[in-house]
Amino acid sequence: MNTVVCIKQVPDTETLIKVQGAGIVQDGVKWVMNPYDEFAVEEALRQKEKMKAGAVTVVSLGPDRAIEAIRTALAMGADTAVHINDAAFAEKADPYATAAALAAAVKGLTYDAVFVGKQAIDDDAGQVPAMLGEMLGIPVVTMVIKFDVADDKSKATVTREVEGGVAVIEVPLPAVFSAQKGLNEPRYASLPGIMKAKKKPVDAKTAAALGVTEGPKTVVKEMSLPPARQAGKKIAGDDAAAKAKELARILHEDVKAV
Amino acid sequence: MPGTLIYAEVQKGEIKKGSFEVVSKAKEFGGEVAACIIGKGAEGLASQLAKFGADKIYVVDGPEYENYVPEAFVQAFVQVAKTVNPSVILASATAQGKDFVPAVAARLGVGAVSDCVDLQKNGDKVVAKRPVYAGKAYAMVECVADPQVIAVRPNSFAVKEAAGAGAVEKVAVSLDASKIKAVVKSIELAQTNEPDQTEAEIIVSGGRGMKGPENFKMLEDLAKLFGPTATTGASRAAVDAGWRAHRYQVGQTGKTVSPNLYIACGISGAIQHLAGMSTAKVIVAINKDAEAPIFTKADYGVVDDLFNVVPALIDEIKKFK
Ligand SMILES: Cc1cc2nc3c(=O)[nH]c(=O)nc-3n(C[C@H](O)[C@H](O)[C@H](O)COP(=O)(O)OP(=O)(O)OC[C@H]3O[C@@H](n4cnc5c(N)ncnc54)[C@H](O)[C@@H]3O)c2cc1C
Ligand SMILES: Nc1ncnc2c1ncn2[C@@H]1O[C@H](COP(=O)(O)O)[C@@H](O)[C@H]1O
Repeated sequence: MNTVVCIKQVPDTETLIKVQGAGIVQDGVKWVMNPYDEFAVEEALRQKEKMKAGAVTVVSLGPDRAIEAIRTALAMGADTAVHINDAAFAEKADPYATAAALAAAVKGLTYDAVFVGKQAIDDDAGQVPAMLGEMLGIPVVTMVIKFDVADDKSKATVTREVEGGVAVIEVPLPAVFSAQKGLNEPRYASLPGIMKAKKKPVDAKTAAALGVTEGPKTVVKEMSLPPARQAGKKIAGDDAAAKAKELARILHEDVKAV
Repeated sequence: MPGTLIYAEVQKGEIKKGSFEVVSKAKEFGGEVAACIIGKGAEGLASQLAKFGADKIYVVDGPEYENYVPEAFVQAFVQVAKTVNPSVILASATAQGKDFVPAVAARLGVGAVSDCVDLQKNGDKVVAKRPVYAGKAYAMVECVADPQVIAVRPNSFAVKEAAGAGAVEKVAVSLDASKIKAVVKSIELAQTNEPDQTEAEIIVSGGRGMKGPENFKMLEDLAKLFGPTATTGASRAAVDAGWRAHRYQVGQTGKTVSPNLYIACGISGAIQHLAGMSTAKVIVAINKDAEAPIFTKADYGVVDDLFNVVPALIDEIKKFK
């Protein structure tokens, strides 16, 4: 089975975010592969291993530094990569423009399935999966927590999270699948994997070379930090019972929850 | 005059509260407020939208809309949107909304803004405020072209009754069945009457400090005292330990919630947990460690053993009943 995995390099969740105009200060940011994309890479690798055939191609849109996330995916076991290395395009790209660029790159590849993450933890948009499917003209199943493919690769049977439960979906391939936590446990890159990754081919392309004509459809006007929450009032009292009593009074009188 | 078109979502035979919330917000924008409701039996629900000020309600009803099938719903909605030609499309960012909205936008060839917590009208433009970087920052976002497609986090706006013409029109949609490729084989929903965490007004949540699955009963009891709009939640530590199902998990890899009241019991307040609940209006933390980071976000903190505080709290609250 041939698969494509779209991965984004994002600030690590623990990174302190400082804002500047319509963006963030990039100095001091620790960059990692988007955690949901790790599930996507892992699933692609597992399908290849199970089928004992096919290749996993990683596609990422991002500036020079995104190569680190690409190398991580290659070290996990992906075979080749396309790096849409276009700082000017990437900087302004919203999910729509991102999906357009990814679609242009994916169109040139052979694939039975495209795996993406449920959302990128920087913009927290969760839009690229649906938009990418739309632009490729293939079905999309989001929030996938279980993935099975028929032996003839004609269709996949997947379990997705829906509100209050799960749904089992059958979909013909090729299709786009967005990975939710629970799909699998991503592997770590092994040392030999890291060595091999250095020699794996990465095809760098600009958005223009891919023939991407669509620009962003949304614009970030300004970024701000949330107002520091008033660090809480600690409820005083001699013992737990007294504190509970005071908390109950607050919930009743001030919060009006009861 | 092109105004706002709302996607009214139906679940278990009812319109989602979040859909009413966006109708109320659209009312403030002025201009015509139209809604499109899709579902089996939607016709019988349509008039409810008028109570909150919808001027026009388009109904797509039929057996083929019993379950949410993205392609069918997107096709139907896009057909309605193309005739209405609104300048703004609003939907609630529920689990279904998150799947539906970007697909609708892409098919209309426009962008979308996800999971907004506030909207302001600025001339013809809606400026949307949304949390990014797991709630560590806010972005003000604008759409380049109309329709401006925006999904709003549930519980961001109050539901207000308002006058609206409420004209109901049943729309005959021609679905291209050849494009509906994904088939729903089965759906398994948890048997519960509790509201979903994303829509609950009150959440009583437990973490590793709960010590075991049996102790969540206490949190369920407490939640019940707050009425039918309350439910329970959990941290990832509690979910990973197998004490609670994943659907309870609040945080970056769980649900993003915005209740009026969030009570965190035995939760330390890791950044990934805060990512899921920092827009709660009131946060209460019960934790025996005075240094736990949750206290920097909590409006009210109780530093004590939750096994003493929670039962006493239940008793005290019962006195108000
Ligand atoms: C990529 C990534 C994604 C993640 N996503 C999520 C997510 O979606 N949601 C999430 O919650 N976490 C998430 N995490 C995990 C997160 O980092 C924390 O590990 C987790 O939130 C800790 O859960 P906790 O607060 O229940 O446990 P702990 O951090 O162990 O805290 C337990 C707390 O209970 C208190 N306590 C213990 N006993 C008592 C008692 N008797 N009375 C009162 N207080 C007591 C302790 O003082 C302590 O503060 C994620 C992590 C990563 C790396
Ligand atoms: N710049 C990018 N390069 C490659 N994949 C991306 C990029 N941005 C988003 N994606 C993919 O789309 C998913 C959802 O992203 P988003 O819609 O931005 O939340 C991510 O988890 C990635 O799989």
